[in-house]
Amino acid sequence: MIDFVTQNSGAIVQKTWEHLYISAIALILGIIVAVPLGIVLSKLKKTAKIVLGITSILQTLPSLAILAIMIPFLGVGKVPAVIALFIYTLLPILNNTYIGMNSVNQDLKAAGISMGMTKIQSIGMVELPLAIPVIMSGIRLSAVYAISWATLASYIGAGGLGDFIFNGLNLYQPEFIIGGAVLVTVLALITDFILSKVEKWATPKGLKVER
Amino acid sequence: MLKIEQLSKVYKGGKKAVDDMNLEIERGEFVAFIGTSGSGKTTAMRMINRMIEPTSGTIYLDGEDLAKKNPVALRRSIGYVIQQIGLMPHMTIRENITLVPKLLKWTKEKKDQTAERLIELVNLPQNYLDLYPLQLSGGQQQRIGVLRALAANQDIILMDEPFGALDPITRDTLQDLMKDLQQRLGKTVIFVTHDMDEAIKLADRICIMHNGQVIQFDTPDNILSNPANEFVREFIGSHRLIQEKPSAKIVDDVMIKPITITSEKSINDAIRLMVKKRVDTLFVVDGQNHLRGYIDVESLTAARHTTTSISEAMEKDVFYVQNGTKLQDSVRRILKRNLKNIPVVDEEKRLVGLVTRANIVDMVYDTIWGDEDTENDGNSNNQEQQTGADEQQN
Repeated sequence: MIDFVTQNSGAIVQKTWEHLYISAIALILGIIVAVPLGIVLSKLKKTAKIVLGITSILQTLPSLAILAIMIPFLGVGKVPAVIALFIYTLLPILNNTYIGMNSVNQDLKAAGISMGMTKIQSIGMVELPLAIPVIMSGIRLSAVYAISWATLASYIGAGGLGDFIFNGLNLYQPEFIIGGAVLVTVLALITDFILSKVEKWATPKGLKVER
Repeated sequence: MLKIEQLSKVYKGGKKAVDDMNLEIERGEFVAFIGTSGSGKTTAMRMINRMIEPTSGTIYLDGEDLAKKNPVALRRSIGYVIQQIGLMPHMTIRENITLVPKLLKWTKEKKDQTAERLIELVNLPQNYLDLYPLQLSGGQQQRIGVLRALAANQDIILMDEPFGALDPITRDTLQDLMKDLQQRLGKTVIFVTHDMDEAIKLADRICIMHNGQVIQFDTPDNILSNPANEFVREFIGSHRLIQEKPSAKIVDDVMIKPITITSEKSINDAIRLMVKKRVDTLFVVDGQNHLRGYIDVESLTAARHTTTSISEAMEKDVFYVQNGTKLQDSVRRILKRNLKNIPVVDEEKRLVGLVTRANIVDMVYDTIWGDEDTENDGNSNNQEQQTGADEQQN
């Protein structure tokens, strides 16, 4: 194991970086699309059911299949990998944004409106700040998914830590398989830890205080 | 100021929540909408800030048809206090108080000044401005809820059972506070409640509603003495009708002259005065007779070794009633708070009299034997003075 690390230290850094980079882009794209979409959906209950239905179906497709389907359209490499991962990050964020926005106390929304907030102000000043903890936990979940599934992206030539695992499988080198798997797990745990700090920081202070 | 004409609201399915309501509310009036649940009182109130749009009829505010106004701008000009308090948990108290000013894009200085000025009105310390709602008790939160409805100088304030979720003592304090603020700031308040005691205590006029219709709209005294029909009689309850019978004595009829002292006198002066007048409580007033506080035997003994000035030893937190208050209300306050006595002040907070526990005895006497003893009236005042003084000694 130690041999694996010392002999491949250069490759480890490079592959980890690649892995992180693919997952991060997919996650950021997912946030950019899913959070606003979730907010809009929370105002359109009927459309929400249809859209959330479609995204949950997408979620059930096997990830290898999606990656394979991408090849005829986008070829191989990082782009199809990022797009496939992006699709996977959508549902947890979308779902949590929708739930978070809907779980904001009705009385508070009514209070905001009756004070003279417009609908947009109500979203910006009341609903979104109060939904942040729920939205953030959706983002955390998506981040961990993205990192673990990015392993498969190596299969369509996107690089990343998956390369170690696939190489290990092809060359029958168990230390490559285990080393790659451990690195992916560690990366996922560290990311989740960092995002939990972000979640704490992003949660409005008034929701954390105690009497 | 506010004129409601032929106002109706029919919900889907044909349920008439409000049925041909006609009302006129004057500026500076405190009006209570009261009724059982489903009587349409909340629906009626919410049509005033257009949280609910009427099916037919018109509401005029200073002669202007509300339907022609922008609902968002209208809501910013009308204060609103809701039952569940509804403070924003993620905003500080300061941000909560100045929520409407923020929507109106006031400058930061103006908002800060408003928050600092307002929090004093409800007897909360300045440093509460930077706390969050979850750090305050329910009663304190609702005080802030009331301030939030005042912050942008709204003339009209709508209150939807604002004190319903509070414990009786906190509710009582907040009712007093609300009435005091309303009178002092000259606000028009429309108050929805199902608690008749609350309505009688606070409202200048009470609007009794049933099945969407206004059954009676009149002053509390008139409603209690002349209920419009059997429903109103039943709604207000027979016990209140009887209670009100001793033709509503006011505190001015029974109050005695309190013993006062000015704050620049020394503690020794206070003790000497107490011994001379044989009382245990002195009311501290300034040169114009404004009530500043009180000093009693306990606070004197406690402060005797640390200070010689009355202004430091006196208790500044003093419960009082205004002259003209019904005797019943002040007695209720004495009993609820377990006070020995309660000073009476005029509009400018000048001390004019004192109601003591002896008056409770009179109340009980009155309700049991009524007004049989008219011939004794001449010296009964004298007696009360005596008992009053005795009571203060205890």
